[in-house]
Amino acid sequence: MANFFNDNKALRYHLHHPLMEKIVAMKERDYTEAEQFDYAPVDYNDAMDSYEKILEITGEICAETIAPNAESVDKEGPHHSDGHVAYASKTCENLDITRKAGLYGVSMPRRFGGLNIPNTTFSMMSEMIAQADAGFQNIWSLQSCIDTLYEAGDEEQFQRYIPRICAGETMSMDLTEPDAGSDLQSVMLKATEAEDGTWRLNGVKRFITNGDSDLHLVLARSEEGSKDGRGLSMFIYDKRNGGVTVRRIEDKMGIHGSPTCELVFKNAKAELCGSRRFGLIKYVMSLMNGARLGITAQSVGLSQAAYNEAVDYARSRQQFGKPIIQFPAVAEMIANIKARLDASRAILYETARFVDIYKIWEQIARERPLTLEEKQEMKKYNRLADAFTPMAKGFTSEYANYNAYDCIQIHGGSGFMRDYTCERLYRDARIMNIYEGTTQLQVVAAIRHVTTGAYLAQIQEYAARQYAEELQPQVAKLQAMTELYAQAVESVKAANDPEYVTFHARRMVEMAGHIIMGYLLVGDATNEPDLFLKSAKVYVNMGEAEVTRHHKFITSLNPADVSAYVAE
Amino acid sequence: MSLNIIVLAKQVPDTRNVGKDAMKADGTINRAALPAIFNPEDLNALEQALQLKDAHPGSTITLVTMGLPRSAEMVRECLYRGGDDGVVLTDRPLGGADTLATSYSLAQTIRKIGKYDIIIGGRQAIDGDTAQVGPQIAEKLGLPQVTYAEEIKVDNGVATIKRRIERGFEKVECPLPLVVTVNGSADACRPRNAKLIQKFKYAVTPSEKAALSPERQALVDARPYLAIKEWGVKDIDADPQQIGLPGSPTKVKTVVNVVFQAKESKRIEGDNDTEVESLVKELIADHIIG
Repeated sequence: MANFFNDNKALRYHLHHPLMEKIVAMKERDYTEAEQFDYAPVDYNDAMDSYEKILEITGEICAETIAPNAESVDKEGPHHSDGHVAYASKTCENLDITRKAGLYGVSMPRRFGGLNIPNTTFSMMSEMIAQADAGFQNIWSLQSCIDTLYEAGDEEQFQRYIPRICAGETMSMDLTEPDAGSDLQSVMLKATEAEDGTWRLNGVKRFITNGDSDLHLVLARSEEGSKDGRGLSMFIYDKRNGGVTVRRIEDKMGIHGSPTCELVFKNAKAELCGSRRFGLIKYVMSLMNGARLGITAQSVGLSQAAYNEAVDYARSRQQFGKPIIQFPAVAEMIANIKARLDASRAILYETARFVDIYKIWEQIARERPLTLEEKQEMKKYNRLADAFTPMAKGFTSEYANYNAYDCIQIHGGSGFMRDYTCERLYRDARIMNIYEGTTQLQVVAAIRHVTTGAYLAQIQEYAARQYAEELQPQVAKLQAMTELYAQAVESVKAANDPEYVTFHARRMVEMAGHIIMGYLLVGDATNEPDLFLKSAKVYVNMGEAEVTRHHKFITSLNPADVSAYVAE
Repeated sequence: MSLNIIVLAKQVPDTRNVGKDAMKADGTINRAALPAIFNPEDLNALEQALQLKDAHPGSTITLVTMGLPRSAEMVRECLYRGGDDGVVLTDRPLGGADTLATSYSLAQTIRKIGKYDIIIGGRQAIDGDTAQVGPQIAEKLGLPQVTYAEEIKVDNGVATIKRRIERGFEKVECPLPLVVTVNGSADACRPRNAKLIQKFKYAVTPSEKAALSPERQALVDARPYLAIKEWGVKDIDADPQQIGLPGSPTKVKTVVNVVFQAKESKRIEGDNDTEVESLVKELIADHIIG
């Protein structure tokens, strides 16, 4: 029986990263829950065995149900009727089987019926589901909105809402409006406090993924007359209360299984989640960080699907008397897809581990005061997570697009026909570097980690590690790339002009990313040469060429020429 | 009302994914070369049991399987999906059983369990394709039987069963207790559940427990629901003459490897019933039909 987990050794490798022992012990509070819950692990090996089993269940459902359903979901799409969404029939099947398997409330504590699984493991489930059907991954992974409710809400709200999500009810985050896309400070949806202390929401939201979900987190303007982000609060809207209708479902290029809705709020009853005025500046940031990691996992899953499709086709398609995979031009495309895939996965799980450590410390801090050391560790990983999340989202979503593009190229004319999966992958990938912040906005979030030296510091930490003898040429290349990066950054900073930094921002973030992913892959190849040696070599070559190109561009550009890039 | 449900299931070699070494030279199945799986139609049967449990809260599902000690995996698979209990019937003298000896052994096991309202099994197992064991158990226990089931509903002590028949289906009613065999066209079995797999993954038979580490053994001792019953001939009060090889009148005379060759063809001219009738007679004479 096909299984996306058992068939993918790289996933098992990342699951067993040495840092997991610490993460799991923290998440399980030193395995103290086994007395209370019959499904809690008694020790580290027990927990890892449980994760493997849950990943096997997910992998089987992905391979046997969700992936085979994907074509039908793509063709049928969701239906709009009576102001609500009816999912495509096979989407309903996907929801039903994942609910029966208990794959909801994955991150939540057991006292609410959750599985209490770290983000790293959750991201693996998410990746496999995206590999099977990127659109369904949206619906499934939006369950992570509950993390924000669990951070911002109160105990009484936890009791009422978290068990419902653990039972498989779906979520959405209602942020975007017609005039508030990337600029969420402009959100206009109006929240008015009623006499009984509840709130009423009025207005329109647009481009809401899974917008007819059971439980919405809504960004709305609670402070009348305010204009900026400080007048916004976060609200919980429960579909059972009514008041929100779906005006239309967007007709999209890809991810057809995921309904994108325009919502009309008419006196919809809602309740405040967290503190007033902190909606955008605190909670939406938390939501977005979770969602960005979700799209990173989605992008990795799509890259895996593109790689599998490319290899299958190139092995079976015969031209000039042999399979086309034997032609160097095709083989190189496949090697490049694989390298970008392995690099994407490496940064996804590195980021997920950083997020895990700081988020779990945050949760523990709600139970007891942290020691000074613990606080410092939380801050360190918080900074790393902040630095890595936009980089990971930006790179992996761009790579998903490159990989889907090359996958079609390998299929030749057949790839242009709707008969092959690669065509759907190409359409599905196209949104990944747009939503939850375009690549350009990821660069905006990442650039300060270039200028503060945070990326360089982390690169130096990687450089200090031991790597296999066989990989020393790659390590030497990475050291040379680091010098070019440092030089380029210094030359940009020397201009002492914030706009000049912005002009080169993407180039500098990309340089850092190539070096970081290069080191991660060289580390993976040191541990598991059979799985990663080729990709480490291919990726470092690719990264070296890119870093050199950017270095050349930055150091040889006449600053006066920047004006040529200014739009009229 | 809550129901005591028994599910009959068999661990079988996965004959759907056969490689070139799937058969031995003597024409018997090379079990070592094929992965052991839950017989597919028994999974359909388990799903029917789980749906009955969903509809009748408080019901219990006990899986009964006969085979090698490793068949305990069948019980765990049942627990992971929402079943409650299981019995592994395993003993050397039970080996080599044909359908008669198998149904006797299973009927004895069910008698030993004692409480049952409905016994559900798959229509047939993919290793033998006989479809005899379920009906024979019904006969031995003196229970009514319904075969080719696609849906089972129970209301006020009466089961209503949708049966798959040629060109359609029929609905039959039958009082409890009864035996039902389920067709592969029934609902597919639900997946293993993430919480249940964590709860029951250390469920073991006594012989499996012996192989665990002392810490895991202690865990099994502390949690009674992790004990899977492992019964032998003595536990089911079986007559030694009716089990295993002695109890199996079926004797395999020879096994022939059939290689299909679609070369032979015959053309019958004419357009009246006589030609058609002679064709049918010939097909019957060749044992192709009938």
